[in-house]
Amino acid sequence: MTQTLPLAGAPQQVNAIGLTRKDYLGNPTTLCQGCGHNSIANQIITACYEMSIPPEKIVKFSGIGCSSKSPNYFLNRSFGFNGLHGRMPSVATGALFADITLHAIGVSGDGDTASIGMGQFKHVVRRNVDMLYIVENNGVYGLTKGQFSATAEVGLELKKQGVNQYMPVDICMEAIAANATFVARSFAGDPKQVKELLKAAIAHRGIAVFDIISPCVTFNNQENAYHSYTWGKDHEAPLHELLFVPARDEIMIEDIEPGATLEVELHDGSVIVLKKLERDYNPTHRWEALKMLEEAQRNNWLVTGLIYVESNRPSFTDTFHLVDTPLNRLTEKDLRPAPETIEMVNRMMF
Amino acid sequence: MTQKIVNDFSIMIGTVNGSGSSTANTTILRAIFKMGIPVSGKNLFPSNIQGQPTWYTVRVNKDGFLARDDQPHIVIAMNPASYTRDLADVAPGGVFFYADDIKLPINRNDVTVYPMAIKQIIREQKDVPPHLRDLVANMVYVGVLAEMIGIDLERIYDALAFHFKKREKPTMMNFNAVKAGAEWARANLTKSDPFVLEPMDKTNGLIMADGNTAAALGAIYGGLQFAAWYPITPASSLAEALNDYLPMLRKREDGKRTYAVVQAEDELAALGMAIGAGWAGLRAMTSTSGPGLSLMAEFAGLAYYAEVPVVIWDVQRIGPSTGLPTRTSQGDLTFVAHISHGDKQSVILLPSSISECFEFGWQAFDIAERLQMPVFVLSDLDLGMNQWMSKPFEYPNRPMDRGKILREEDLEKLDGNWGRYLDVDDDGIPWRTLPGIMHPKAAYFTRGTGHDEYARYSEDPNVYWRLMQRLKKKYKTVEQYVPRPIVQQVEGAEAGLIFYGSTEPAVEEARARLAAAGLKLSALRIRALPFTEEVPAFIEKHNTVIVIEMNRDGQMCQLLCAAYPALAPKLRSVAYVDGLPASAKWVQEGILQHLSQPASESVQSL
Repeated sequence: MTQTLPLAGAPQQVNAIGLTRKDYLGNPTTLCQGCGHNSIANQIITACYEMSIPPEKIVKFSGIGCSSKSPNYFLNRSFGFNGLHGRMPSVATGALFADITLHAIGVSGDGDTASIGMGQFKHVVRRNVDMLYIVENNGVYGLTKGQFSATAEVGLELKKQGVNQYMPVDICMEAIAANATFVARSFAGDPKQVKELLKAAIAHRGIAVFDIISPCVTFNNQENAYHSYTWGKDHEAPLHELLFVPARDEIMIEDIEPGATLEVELHDGSVIVLKKLERDYNPTHRWEALKMLEEAQRNNWLVTGLIYVESNRPSFTDTFHLVDTPLNRLTEKDLRPAPETIEMVNRMMF
Repeated sequence: MTQKIVNDFSIMIGTVNGSGSSTANTTILRAIFKMGIPVSGKNLFPSNIQGQPTWYTVRVNKDGFLARDDQPHIVIAMNPASYTRDLADVAPGGVFFYADDIKLPINRNDVTVYPMAIKQIIREQKDVPPHLRDLVANMVYVGVLAEMIGIDLERIYDALAFHFKKREKPTMMNFNAVKAGAEWARANLTKSDPFVLEPMDKTNGLIMADGNTAAALGAIYGGLQFAAWYPITPASSLAEALNDYLPMLRKREDGKRTYAVVQAEDELAALGMAIGAGWAGLRAMTSTSGPGLSLMAEFAGLAYYAEVPVVIWDVQRIGPSTGLPTRTSQGDLTFVAHISHGDKQSVILLPSSISECFEFGWQAFDIAERLQMPVFVLSDLDLGMNQWMSKPFEYPNRPMDRGKILREEDLEKLDGNWGRYLDVDDDGIPWRTLPGIMHPKAAYFTRGTGHDEYARYSEDPNVYWRLMQRLKKKYKTVEQYVPRPIVQQVEGAEAGLIFYGSTEPAVEEARARLAAAGLKLSALRIRALPFTEEVPAFIEKHNTVIVIEMNRDGQMCQLLCAAYPALAPKLRSVAYVDGLPASAKWVQEGILQHLSQPASESVQSL
């Protein structure tokens, strides 16, 4: 991680709301050195800092597992709720009704999402709850010391566990099947792409499922393993180069060579600029996305980038037509029906 | 004809479920209620949509004793499948009405028998289209019964108009069938039984409602902001009542909403959502029954340990596993008292009436937010789904208690120095902040893992012990906030009774009967856990205290023995459950079983 230290006498570097990157830090990590999750935490810090989101406007959620510890390692000034194994979605779903101006960042793992939490995962996606749902995906249970997870590839051999016999769950495919409105995949070894996709996912209104291959250096980092650094570095196949352009920052678009790009506008007016690489991929077609994922699965490609986006579907809380004041700031006057109504209610009974 | 029996008997109606009989039965109940006669109705229904036997019992009692009667005096048999059993159930000297298309033998000569030409009468009703005949046919027995025992037809009209929300066409179509039944009975049957109704004025000012509706309304008057639920009998109608009444009672000029009700994918998610909302500062609840509650256990432990306010309604049904989904019990008590793994103590409210369902509906939020704990309200199917006479709902008599919350200005004053789990007021209850509070020191990290006073992760043995001791201290503080028991201390009482929840009518009836026979009994109705000081004081005052409840294992008795081991030798358990609402008979028999010989002999005449 690189951080510009302020020079003596020089003004400290601040973002558009006057905060330093330090204001976005969390506690020191207690995960293994080299863990992919730490790199992701750093990119979350940078993304939020660069987007100039007040940390108080962000709320963090997680389930149980190594991944779910990580909200502790970013954004100390944000509220966090580290709940139950596989149940992050429901806690977030309820909490987000309290103040719909908040940005939610959820961090889950492959065990937390694809095994114990599969049901809640599918439903939080189906409801289009307005949150970034990160899956730090390493194919293995770390905290319980190296059992297979449901995303482990067939044939993976782990110490003590033997050889995995079962087909892996593809988080992105599951998300699209459940009608997700934003689906991306990246690799913790590609921090730049992770950061740009994080920004786009945070700006997206609705569910943003972000499957990040995040190697477990302790239990599943063998050279030939799908979720390892070596394999990822050698096999990552980005769909495009991408850049997130905030709504207020139109000028930056000009930096990009015209012609070879596709622009996707998000709900808040920000834009994802996608620069084509070898393939001509349009992430606004659900059918194409599924086809691409199927192809990648058959060929064992680690395809990364923005896989699917749909920016005009209302989020879950939007469909409730809530008052403008955050619900958790309403008072008795707003919440308790007036005394005279009780007679009417009694009359309504027989 | 023998001596008239006025306003003191019970009726059982045996029909096929899904045949539309529930409208007919509720109409009977409501019409009698509007005649000013104390009345109760219990629906004894199968877990099935259509085609299975179902029963409805109505009890009228001039003195207001309205527990389920063990044996009906009047039976109406509409279902060939239950006909034989229904006939056998009639109390000696009772009455048996039956649809005359059922060609089965009458094998009793101690009952008055009236055939009813249901099919013929309904076919003659020109305003009933053929496809509605089977449904409206139920109204014919309403009419026959009305004529034979004296239910006022105008009151029947009122009940139908209410049911059909004053829509003229269905009201009249059904009412005409009632009238046709009554006219037919007048022309074809001769009254030769003693049972009659006579108008009274004992229901003036009362309402009739079910406990689930009352609970939902109570929650709305408690300022409910978020509810998540998953369909389950007998709790579904609670959440559905929220959907019915919220739009009206929380209507705003801008048309926007101050609440959300979400049907979750299962009970785990339902409580998870409610906990998320409660954590973030909303008045949040869920409603379920036994099987759903089992699924909620882990989340309930999280709410206890992370100190999140949330209200959980458990409308109890019977049994471990799926059990009898449409039958009632008080079987979840010990489970809820210690729900979830690890050391755990629960706050439980125990309503015994419709008005208490309403009252506890709003109070539960105050208690949950004040204590930052899950609050369980244990109702049951009998309370939740049956129509009961009740005093009208009363507007909350005190402002909402939102508990200890630090907002921007408070944090400013504290200069940001606060700890989420610090016991600054020495009552075990810490202060909390809410997401969205714009202060750099507002945030904290909530976790179900070990944490210290500043919400930091900790595995320190001292920190763990300290936290658990504080939670225990907080549970002691709960006693100041929960509803106190209702005590009826009787001078010179032979024994004391302890009971709770929907058994109240049965217990009070048994107590009155025994008192009439010369056996004095004090009574204490528990309304909450933790127990408050009145409970041990009551036990101390009596040599014998009989704990009455509707479960197999005497669960309240177990909890009392555990809470007051020194008093345990005084406690006796009367516990019975078969899925039917409690009746005075088993309560009375249970009490007598535990009393000394001379005491029970003195009431032999009963």
